[in-house]
Amino acid sequence: MNQVREQSTAKASLRKRGGLFYDKESHVEEKLIMNVKDMDAALLRIAKEIVAAGTDGVALVGIRTRGVPLADWLARKIEKVQKKPIDTGVLDINLYRDDLSEVAEQPLVKPTELPFSVTGRGIILIDDVLYTGRTIRAAMDALIDYGRPKFIRLMVMIDRGWREFPIQADYIGKKVKTDADQIIKVMLESIDGENKVIVKRKI
Amino acid sequence: MALSTRHILSIRDLSSRDIDLIFQTADSFREISERDIKKVPTLRGRTVINAFFEDSTRTRLSFEIAGKRLSADTINISTSGSAMAKKGESFGDTVLNLEAMNPDILIIRHNQAGAPLLASKLIKKGHVINAGDGMHEHPTQALLDLFTIREKLGRVKGLKVGIVGDVAHSRVARSDMLLFRKMGLKVYLCGPLTLMPPSVEAEYGVTWVPSFDDIIPKLDVLIALRIQKERLEEHLFPSLREYARYFGINEKRLKKAKTELLIMHPGPVNRGIELSPDVIDGPRSVILDQVTNGVAIRMAILYLLLGGEGEKGT
Repeated sequence: MNQVREQSTAKASLRKRGGLFYDKESHVEEKLIMNVKDMDAALLRIAKEIVAAGTDGVALVGIRTRGVPLADWLARKIEKVQKKPIDTGVLDINLYRDDLSEVAEQPLVKPTELPFSVTGRGIILIDDVLYTGRTIRAAMDALIDYGRPKFIRLMVMIDRGWREFPIQADYIGKKVKTDADQIIKVMLESIDGENKVIVKRKI
Repeated sequence: MALSTRHILSIRDLSSRDIDLIFQTADSFREISERDIKKVPTLRGRTVINAFFEDSTRTRLSFEIAGKRLSADTINISTSGSAMAKKGESFGDTVLNLEAMNPDILIIRHNQAGAPLLASKLIKKGHVINAGDGMHEHPTQALLDLFTIREKLGRVKGLKVGIVGDVAHSRVARSDMLLFRKMGLKVYLCGPLTLMPPSVEAEYGVTWVPSFDDIIPKLDVLIALRIQKERLEEHLFPSLREYARYFGINEKRLKKAKTELLIMHPGPVNRGIELSPDVIDGPRSVILDQVTNGVAIRMAILYLLLGGEGEKGT
């Protein structure tokens, strides 16, 4: 509760300064890096690339939480490009994380919804930000427990660098150079009320 | 997301937030048991000891399967196979010896009420789950009962539940009454007065009804308890035949019941005594769903007691 209150007062005191949002009280610097149009254009470009590579037997699987609305968004774009729908699914990776034993709080596990057999299908994993690569490692493990996909590819809205695992994305909305103390937030309407990508830094 | 308690010894240990969290987690875990590969790596390297000092097949197996589906190492010991108990070692010493082997969770069933509580006080690390202690409680059974009701009827608050049979000797009934009252259900008891604990109405906020047939049309759920045949020797009721006639559940008796009435039983069932075969195998019976849900509930409890969230790697 306290956190919510802090955030709302922080927002109220945000002042615009040429695209840079600076909040004196909580010392948070906020910068817009993609607006809804940029995101839509990036997804259309990726949709064309995916269709060009062939979508026979291909399905999009969004990683909870923000990969899910992104997968739906991309699916709508693909449908527009190729004039036929593409299967989508939802993957919860909490049971496959490599950091479960490190701290005391458990993530709430939500259902995985794969309304098709994974075996023999081409799967494109969808996530919001590619950072250390650990989420994608967990997602691949989770997916393989459902069957043997023909291939797994990866689409992310933002690649922010700082990889800890040898994992790269096949489709990227935007590459952003970041410092380790920056926070990238991909905001999506169904969860956050609006579509945009921001980068935050504590000063 | 964590439980507010380190041990699960009684329904009293759980807040209603804990119960919601267990149910939400169990909802997600049900799907794992339906996969071709029924295993996730979540509790890899964790050790769960099933210490059963009293016979059990269903509950022990349910906990064991729950642990294995989460990749924990599960080890079973039972009185018959335990040299410790046979050679005269005290319960407390056995618990300390088990603790010395560093298990993460000790699941204890014992014919003495309070044995899991004693174990929880003796150990310095790890968690204890009560899998049934004497005539005291069986919290995971109550949780799977309410989880099944929630799944089948889509809600729990305000529902009317009848519990029929040997309430006095039933740890399932005690945990059920505590859980159902906590979550806003109404509970009616029925059965021979000799099998009702004194002052049960005041203690648990439940209602005893003398006539079974009067209450049936009101109920959303009917839970039949197992008649423990060994009680016959204590002359608490005249005969099984008489019990079945007055308190046995059969299709004829259910004629006035709601169509969506659920019939539940913690098992093992004495066919033809508590429930007639046509009721056990009939459309209202969710007895086998209870067994399926038991695995999901126990997986959720193991996960919530042992899991932990680290910093998010994206």
